[in-house]
Amino acid sequence: MIDNLILLLENPVAFVDLAINGVLIGAIFVLVAYGMALVWGVMNIINICQGEFVILGGFVAFYFSKWGINPMLGVAAAFVLLLIVGWILYRLVIFRIVDRDLFTSILATFGISILLSQTMNEIFSADVEIARHGLGTWSLFDGRITLEQIKLAAFALAMVIGLALVIYMKNSRAGQAIRATAQNARAARIMGIDTNAVYARTYALNAAICGAAGALVAMIFTIQAYGGLAFTVRGFLVVIVAGLGNLPGVIIAGLSLGAAEQVASFVFGLEYQLAFVFGMLVLIVIYRQIRLGFRRQYLR
Amino acid sequence: MRLAHNLFAGAAIAAAAAMAVSVPAQAKVEGDTIILGAAVSKTGKYATNGKHTINGYNLAVELINAKGGVKVGGKSYKLKIVYYDDESTPARGAQLAERLISQDGVKYLLGPYSSGLTKAIAPVTEKHKIPMVEANGASRSLFTQGYKYLFAVLSTSEQYLASAITLLAERAQAMGKKPGDMKIALAFENDPFSQDVRAGVLEDAKKYGMKIVIDDKLPPELNDMTATLRKVKVVKPDLLVVSGHSKGAALAIRQLAAAKVNVPMLAMTHCDSAQVIKKYNKAAEYTLCASQWAPSLTYKDAVFGSASDFAATFEKKFGYAPPYQSAESAAAVLVFADAFQRAGAFDVAKVRDALSATDMQTFYGNVKFDPTGKNIAKPMVLFQVQDGQYKVVAPTKWASSKIRHPTPPWSRRK
Repeated sequence: MIDNLILLLENPVAFVDLAINGVLIGAIFVLVAYGMALVWGVMNIINICQGEFVILGGFVAFYFSKWGINPMLGVAAAFVLLLIVGWILYRLVIFRIVDRDLFTSILATFGISILLSQTMNEIFSADVEIARHGLGTWSLFDGRITLEQIKLAAFALAMVIGLALVIYMKNSRAGQAIRATAQNARAARIMGIDTNAVYARTYALNAAICGAAGALVAMIFTIQAYGGLAFTVRGFLVVIVAGLGNLPGVIIAGLSLGAAEQVASFVFGLEYQLAFVFGMLVLIVIYRQIRLGFRRQYLR
Repeated sequence: MRLAHNLFAGAAIAAAAAMAVSVPAQAKVEGDTIILGAAVSKTGKYATNGKHTINGYNLAVELINAKGGVKVGGKSYKLKIVYYDDESTPARGAQLAERLISQDGVKYLLGPYSSGLTKAIAPVTEKHKIPMVEANGASRSLFTQGYKYLFAVLSTSEQYLASAITLLAERAQAMGKKPGDMKIALAFENDPFSQDVRAGVLEDAKKYGMKIVIDDKLPPELNDMTATLRKVKVVKPDLLVVSGHSKGAALAIRQLAAAKVNVPMLAMTHCDSAQVIKKYNKAAEYTLCASQWAPSLTYKDAVFGSASDFAATFEKKFGYAPPYQSAESAAAVLVFADAFQRAGAFDVAKVRDALSATDMQTFYGNVKFDPTGKNIAKPMVLFQVQDGQYKVVAPTKWASSKIRHPTPPWSRRK
């Protein structure tokens, strides 16, 4: 551990290289987290099957690349397909748990996550797959910093999707309806908003965002039917840090997580990559709890 | 229910009666036929590899019988195998081994498919003092239990990538460097198999005095090796060894190419199951991959001829190229046949001693057992991806192609 730290301090360029790559990867976490925050904020559901949506989207890109179609188009295709999957899931299961307590929703979406990963295993087999993108790598400083074009493209794409979402939520009638429902579902119903339709739209939108992120994952890393959990955990951490309904916060937290994770796995070793994320989660929750204890407005 | 119970009881009594009558005094030999038994997966998750195993066994039996059978004490005997389907579950495997031995009276067992099944069956054969020659259980833990009746023709897991270290030492000397100056980076998944492989690599690296500069463990949910590969970029080892099943193999090649990390030598397991050539084309070039066997090796024996003869015979019979699972299974039967001939009798103890004294060459490789029963004469084979094909490059003595080393930097690769 200490020798790794020294190694990093001796090679500041490697540190920069890691951080840049981490930030670029972080854009994918931002997408997953944003979808999660949306569903959580509007429907009060913690969606455990985020990761499975990601992997399913990844398989869309995989098939595009297998059929010789540019997998970049797979991002759009995954978005559309997962929109449909999300809508169906809402109509089948999720509408039953909207008004229930958090525990019920966690249990239900956990069930969906198991079901989805097993189904993917049946259909796509347990093989590790990738989507080929054909993009190259830029080398800076004699190859000591490498910028993968695909990661840059993913970053840009994630930002575009994020921006489009902000505009959609702020300006479109449908977006306004979602926000109104989030603020007060009962009042929204009285004002004539079909909250059930809003929930369906929200859940489908979340699945679609995850699907797009998954297509990017298939082009940058690898996908495997059971590989979803890691993305759910990261999304959860980002939402916990940033809070609900705080898009700038989600972006900053997601990108920082990406960078922090890379540096941490360099120093502590790769086997602690996800353990680091969990550790952060615990620390942040404890910190929150302590701060909450000092607040005056809470009467005990 | 009651009827079923009665039927079952009846069957048990009948079986017991049959056993009482036909318990063989010495060994399971009917007329001029030697009966071998095996529980192999015909269904369940190992069904495919179980089929490869059975095909290997059957082909060997067929050829041995066609060439006059096994000569024991001046008389020729044919071989026959009794199979049961273990359904890919260890508990069933153990049960069937018990049945083969105590009910069917079989005295010589061939192994099942996979380390897990072998682990379940070995205690049974050990208890009954029945020799088992297995070909598909590579786990190191099989040979630390002090088993006396277990013999394995394949290389065990700690041998998987040890030949990469030997190869590195050879290359260092060829380039006028000392093997002791070589630096090695390790990235192994934290599971029993990969850690077995790692233990073997460490042992051999220590022998040459090579320095381990990176020793990272890969998590089971591995999906990003960036941090480890950045370390490789900074430390510049002479050899990077990766073992993380299909995912580790696929990820390592993708991210090495994407981040343009230069390593003169890259060795890994599971390249074939990750289908790295199909996935990456050019980016997979120069990669060294561990394998038990290859048809292009120059080993030979009297039954099958050379390794490539075996491959041709097998393909003609079954319509597909033999995977190494079939080759090692066929070799297990050859070892048994050889032991019978040298024992000159069917006394189980004598056959067991003959097995443990085995020292022969088969098309699959040399076979010689150490006291724990594992084959110490056959090294693992290393393939290298050359022009989109797997070519055997190590061990140098049996290799058909020359290694391409060092791997040129990415800036000079197309």
